[in-house]
Amino acid sequence: MNTSLNWVATGVFVFFFVVVAVMGFLSAHWQRGDLNKLDEWGLGGRRFGVLITWFLLGGDFYTAYTIIAVPAFVYGAGAIGFFALPYTILVYPFVFVVMPRLWSVSKRHNYITLADFARGRYGSRTLALAIAITGILATMPYIALQLVGLQVTIAALGLHGSRFVNDLPLVVAFLVLAAFAYTSGLRAPASIALVKDTMVYIFVLSAVVWIPLKFGGFAHIFNVAGQALASRSTTGTLILPQSQYLPFATLALGSALAAFLYPHTVTGVLSSSSATTIKRNAVLLPIYTLLLGLLASLGYMAIAAGVHVTSTNDTLPSLLEKVFPSWFVGFSFAAIAIGALVPAAIMAIAASNLFTRNIYREYIRPQVAPSEEATVAKVTAILIIVGALVFVVLGAQSYAIVLQLLGGIWITQTLPSVVFGLFARWFHPKALMVGWFAGMFCGTAMAWSQNLKSAIYPLHIGGTTLASYAAIDALILNLAVAAALTILLGGLGVDRGSDETVPADYVESTI
Amino acid sequence: MSESTSSSGLSILPQDEAKSRVKPVMESRSGSWKWFFLLLLPYIGLLWLPLYAKAEPRLLGFPFFYWYQFAWVLLTMFLIDFVYRRTR
Repeated sequence: MNTSLNWVATGVFVFFFVVVAVMGFLSAHWQRGDLNKLDEWGLGGRRFGVLITWFLLGGDFYTAYTIIAVPAFVYGAGAIGFFALPYTILVYPFVFVVMPRLWSVSKRHNYITLADFARGRYGSRTLALAIAITGILATMPYIALQLVGLQVTIAALGLHGSRFVNDLPLVVAFLVLAAFAYTSGLRAPASIALVKDTMVYIFVLSAVVWIPLKFGGFAHIFNVAGQALASRSTTGTLILPQSQYLPFATLALGSALAAFLYPHTVTGVLSSSSATTIKRNAVLLPIYTLLLGLLASLGYMAIAAGVHVTSTNDTLPSLLEKVFPSWFVGFSFAAIAIGALVPAAIMAIAASNLFTRNIYREYIRPQVAPSEEATVAKVTAILIIVGALVFVVLGAQSYAIVLQLLGGIWITQTLPSVVFGLFARWFHPKALMVGWFAGMFCGTAMAWSQNLKSAIYPLHIGGTTLASYAAIDALILNLAVAAALTILLGGLGVDRGSDETVPADYVESTI
Repeated sequence: MSESTSSSGLSILPQDEAKSRVKPVMESRSGSWKWFFLLLLPYIGLLWLPLYAKAEPRLLGFPFFYWYQFAWVLLTMFLIDFVYRRTR
């Protein structure tokens, strides 16, 4: 780590950051629409084609925190850190099968959130509220984590001073973010994602070509990393040991199932121009997964390059500083920092869509006019961003990481209502509510029992212990409860609630 | 800059949607749904760890555990694209 400010790197960093901020403001004029309507502000008017959706979802899903955390995880824990690769592969068959149906029914009924869908499909305000609250709860710490990504890169530039000086760039960056989210809505992150992702591709590809050349090739890097991991006191290994098979597999599957239930990814999906756009993106988005895999291997390169860090989050910045000239370090850090703004903006917009549609309009002011609805959403987005900023500036990052861990478990519990609901109206809405509650409770309790340090829970069944991702265990309970109660309530003849959708709504149409 | 990219992004749309409009919904789905089972392959290939949690054979210096995962990225893209073409 630098102990004094790196002027060249900082200059390049600031230059790119300013260019991108200006773009954010200008994008209000791009594909112009009436920004006083919620679907124009919060979904970009559902107009993004294949290419823009690719950049938007890519920038949204592979966040700044991912860029920092994945190499850090691999550096610290070895093979299990690579679960990120199966995770971001397995997510796409799921997206391909499920998300076009969500897009079609949402377009048909003007749904903006998953809670809108649940309300329409099951005629249940309570279920919609449960889904809205789960979404908001899971998203808030995610925004705070993006700030952590930003903070790590700013610190790595060598800025050291009073607490006020250290936090100033972060505050400025997020006020800029709040301002362009307010004025441009989803169009801002969409246009910025284009620049940011290009920058990320450039720096990652340069790193994976240049570093092996400099440090004796991939074979050598893997050998050195394997030996280094074996000599450490921690459990990390180069090849996944049998004891980690189930944690690895359940983490990958659970994360893949959860990924597109998050409000920010759903917002990305719904903002695209057609169900076909989503299908084509399911084919093209794995290109980002290749990038992520290369990024993960940077964790091993850091070991081979002799990078030593006190906090594993510094792995990637330290590696880049060690091997690249200052100007390129500035460029890479700018890519990561801007990489924080894109998902943070989409998350704030998505969470405020949920609040506005499913809490404000549903419970506070049912008669709200469209322009007022848009204004409420814009103000809410700013409050959410400022809230996340206060959280991080007050030094509550460790809570953000814990809450993000819980968030993944929580958001998975909306799967039965949403995913099953997109294919059949079999579950009883009341059964889904109880299942959701059981899953939330059980998942939280499992993480709690691990002192909120890990989402891997050692489940004792009979004489064997199965260590697996708590989100999956909780989901299984959730589904079992919902299915059993559906049969029971059906037998008792309890009213199944209304359904405003018909099967044809779920298949691609241009209406 | 945004102007040109957005138009190229959108230009792919009209013909795609036109196709799906011409083809009746049921016809495009009947019989072709079986192709969707191909999409289960990545789940089997990646969640069954005994298949690939090993170092050999290596490829370009990458232990098997790693290059196998990278190979599935490309294979999955291919599979989804194949199913997309067969079912649209």
